[in-house]
Amino acid sequence: MTLNLFYFLSFVAVLSALLVVLSRSPVHSVLYLIVTFFSIAGHYVLLNAQFLAVVHVIVYAGAIMVLFLYVIMLLNLNKESEPHKSNLLKIAAAICAGLLMVVLVGSLKGTDMLVQQAPSDIGYVKNLGQVLFTDFLLPFEIASILLLAAMVGAVMLGKAEKPDDNKIHMK
Amino acid sequence: MIPIDYYLWLAAALFTIGVLGVLFRRNAIIIFMCIELMLNAVNLVMVAFSTYLNDAAGQVFVFFIMAVAAAEVAVGLAILIVMYRNTQTTDINVLNRLKW
Repeated sequence: MTLNLFYFLSFVAVLSALLVVLSRSPVHSVLYLIVTFFSIAGHYVLLNAQFLAVVHVIVYAGAIMVLFLYVIMLLNLNKESEPHKSNLLKIAAAICAGLLMVVLVGSLKGTDMLVQQAPSDIGYVKNLGQVLFTDFLLPFEIASILLLAAMVGAVMLGKAEKPDDNKIHMK
Repeated sequence: MIPIDYYLWLAAALFTIGVLGVLFRRNAIIIFMCIELMLNAVNLVMVAFSTYLNDAAGQVFVFFIMAVAAAEVAVGLAILIVMYRNTQTTDINVLNRLKW
């Protein structure tokens, strides 16, 4: 049962990830990526990491992908206007990715299989929070400063430029 | 119980698809999404090992990676909007001044 669920979720994840890369319209790519994220959240549930599954859905599907969709709508990119790379470059890209896959397969093959220990409840909020606020308290606080810096940076970048700024026109 | 190899294979496949997308597409937004895909593949491996080794540190790392990814997306999309404002396109081949 669990194995079947794993196969199903993996199939959905890989298929929708491929569709992210191959679909023409950016909006469709975003929607397929949301499907991928949901199936990865399902994997987290299978791995007994409930807290991370919920956070993953909230942060990725709820916040990051909405941001992507918002930018695509804002820039009006939903038309299929993207110029495509030449066939030679596409073949080269596919070969490079295939070679990476070969390297990964070669490095993963023959590793000793890890025996899983008794089902644990480390993925629950209580235990994770305990670890987060004792062993990882300083990184946690630094992460909040990072988010603040990112917010300030995004606002600074997105601010309308003054008309006398010399813009770089590349076209 | 599912052997951990399966998760490693799945994460390898997802990571490779992400790399393929970065090499394959020219739209900067799609490339961005493929980077998110790669981050998620790595997250999956971390959670799998954390569960199989019974160590909560891996899941805390995933939590921090999510925070960094959120920050990265915010700044990256702001850069993308500025790029669009200056060039009227999100094609990365327009921004080739640092190439040679």
